[in-house]
Amino acid sequence: MTLRPENLEEVREAVLTHPYLRVRGGGTKPALSAPREGEVLLDLSGLKGLLAYEPEEFVFTALAGTPVSEIEETLRAHGQYLPFDPPLAKAGATLGGTVAAGLSGPMRWRYGGLRDFLLGVRFVDGEGNLLRGGGKVVKNAAGFPFHRLMVGALGAFGVMVEVSFKVFPLPPATRTLRVGFSRLEEALSALERLRLLPLDLLALDLIPPNTLELRLGGFPESLRRRTEKLARLLEGSETVLEEDEAHWEGVGELAFLGESPIWVKIPSQPGLIPRLEGLPLGPRRYMAGGELLYAGLEEGGLKALRELGLPHLVLKGAGTPLYPEPPAAFYGPLKKALDPRGRFPGRPSPA
Amino acid sequence: MGFLEELKALLPGRVLTGEAELAPYESDALTAYRKRPLAVVLPETKEEVVGVVRLCHRYGVPFVARGSGTSLSGGSLPVEDGIVIALNRLNRILRLDPRARIAVVEPGVVNLEVSRQAAPHGLYYAPDPSSQPVSTIGGNVAFNSGGAHCLKYGMTANHVLGLEVVTPAGEVVRLGGESLEGVGPDLFGFFVGTEGLLGIALEITLRLLPRPEAYHTVLAAYESLEKAGEAVSRVIRTGLLPGAMEIMDRLAIEAAEAAVKAGYPKAEGLLIVELEGEREEVEEEAHHLHRVIRESGALEVRVAASEAERQAIWKGRKAAFSAVGRLSPDYIVQDGVVPRSRLGEALKEIQRLSQAYGLRVANVFHAGDGNLHPLVLYDGKKPGELSRAEALAGEILRLCIRLGGSITGEHGVGVEKKAYLREMFSEADVEAMERVKASLDPKGLANRGKVFDPQMEAAP
Repeated sequence: MTLRPENLEEVREAVLTHPYLRVRGGGTKPALSAPREGEVLLDLSGLKGLLAYEPEEFVFTALAGTPVSEIEETLRAHGQYLPFDPPLAKAGATLGGTVAAGLSGPMRWRYGGLRDFLLGVRFVDGEGNLLRGGGKVVKNAAGFPFHRLMVGALGAFGVMVEVSFKVFPLPPATRTLRVGFSRLEEALSALERLRLLPLDLLALDLIPPNTLELRLGGFPESLRRRTEKLARLLEGSETVLEEDEAHWEGVGELAFLGESPIWVKIPSQPGLIPRLEGLPLGPRRYMAGGELLYAGLEEGGLKALRELGLPHLVLKGAGTPLYPEPPAAFYGPLKKALDPRGRFPGRPSPA
Repeated sequence: MGFLEELKALLPGRVLTGEAELAPYESDALTAYRKRPLAVVLPETKEEVVGVVRLCHRYGVPFVARGSGTSLSGGSLPVEDGIVIALNRLNRILRLDPRARIAVVEPGVVNLEVSRQAAPHGLYYAPDPSSQPVSTIGGNVAFNSGGAHCLKYGMTANHVLGLEVVTPAGEVVRLGGESLEGVGPDLFGFFVGTEGLLGIALEITLRLLPRPEAYHTVLAAYESLEKAGEAVSRVIRTGLLPGAMEIMDRLAIEAAEAAVKAGYPKAEGLLIVELEGEREEVEEEAHHLHRVIRESGALEVRVAASEAERQAIWKGRKAAFSAVGRLSPDYIVQDGVVPRSRLGEALKEIQRLSQAYGLRVANVFHAGDGNLHPLVLYDGKKPGELSRAEALAGEILRLCIRLGGSITGEHGVGVEKKAYLREMFSEADVEAMERVKASLDPKGLANRGKVFDPQMEAAP
């Protein structure tokens, strides 16, 4: 059964009427949004629209089902953007789904990830209460930060209906430098060196086995000088991509995962990369200075991640999306307080 | 054995109960509130902290964790008949890993010490509350502390990657990890800013950033606060993202001058704008900034030509709070936030309130993120003046709520703003927060009586 609420009241009603629900926005992360046995699907794609946006405040508020691409278009018209670079925008990802999955893209390297740009939410808890966390100003320390609890929670604590984000001025120009090395070790050591330098890169990606891609943004006059400086620093065989917009759009859509049956997000660290590279992971790209890996897998890859106890989130193609489960002693009481009847996903396993 | 005996057995020689020993812990930086705790304990390891919390849980004794006590909202005020867990001896940087760009620290580590230790690697810890030479990371985590750089870099929550926490029921959990990215609910992000109500942070993993290559710091003087505020809007419209934009009014300027002789020009409003980043980019941005400042009608503009000149500009700003102490025996620092475009309106109203209440208000604020710090000056020795000052401060908070902002940008709710939480949030919102508190802390022991109304203080 599918419900498609068009306003907050209908969301509350749905929550109060049905014992088990699962929310779907654009459906771009099917492992997270496909209803399980006994669950009613709450399709939020009808709950969309920009509610407030004053460019000078660097803040907007929109309904949770609003497609990311629509927001990006509006922001762009005012010379602004979402610096955490939400992935799968062209595929139809919504703001709420992006928050619930906790996903950021390659440009999160410069200013931070989704968690750093979400300012506030309104959500319906498991008892049908319409609640608010955070606010609509760029700085706020009042009350328990329920908005941060929503990030990556896969809908466990409530149905998000409204979200507020901080935005930044869009760099007037960008450039991309691609550098090839002879081996992974060399590429990795260059990556680690770049991480420690004050370079303000928009993106710093490692494409295994031996390529780095660096994206710079800023005023056109300084970009040329900065790109030259980088090329000197790197001394590899470098190429400058003059038209880099379409290229990064493809990266943000995770196009490099291709037809892989399973898509996963893996938190990483440069020190972990040699170990990850020893696993059967398929097409992949390390983003954000090596801190974020998106990989396309087959069953064997997923098994290897679990056997080694490496945390990961499945976006597409497998049953249990989250590994490991959140720590029960903290998560359990929160779940009990906000979703006492266990209407939403993420019911803690019996101890 | 009773509670105190067990406590003393757990921390031999490090349980304070004497009158004179307890006195320094009776209040934090919000000195208008005082309470005498039952005892103060001085643990030296996280295992000892866990032991103390478990003991409190077993006996139903409320506890308050405390660092340097710089809270301006009464967040580390003791609970009567409860204990204070002073964490200053847990002050080790356990690991500083430049390759991973992280530092794993104990809660009693002083904020500035992290940057000091990270400096040889070209790294620093970005959140810089004005109290950073004194305040501890544990306290920064509890209150989600901010500083002058929040618009660009965010608050403490944005720089914490992982936590080890002891819950009020005495369970030890690890939240988050060491990567910038995680999977599953952002539980550590949620813990930050819960003001010690959901447990005590035992270990904190911080992200470090490379120190900016170049700074460009401009001081501009204006004939009115409105003009200074308008200049901020112009900067934003140009598409610049400065690291900091700060404004001080005449009273704050005078106080700062009297205290540290920063050499500020005499004006109604001073604006400090600081660009930071890669040298080439900062140079380019500076051209744009100067055009904007020229057009904004500044009476005088100074540009720091050296690091020493830059520090001189910041010296007055950073000293402003304590400097105001020279103008008045007592003052309340308020901490409201308004949308940036409503700053002018807010300041005008604060001025009107100041006249109506017959109390002076000095203004220092983080203009880039709309975080006001009105300093309400009063004399505690004059009968009724404190309550008048509190009423005026409260009106300012209501004003912030009315304009769509927040009652606290970086200091927390503590005991001071409890009454206003319900004006900013709905009854249902606050009830949900209270449900979360009760669920993690069924006996209501952790920092009892803070943030929520006194009904939470119902004795166990």
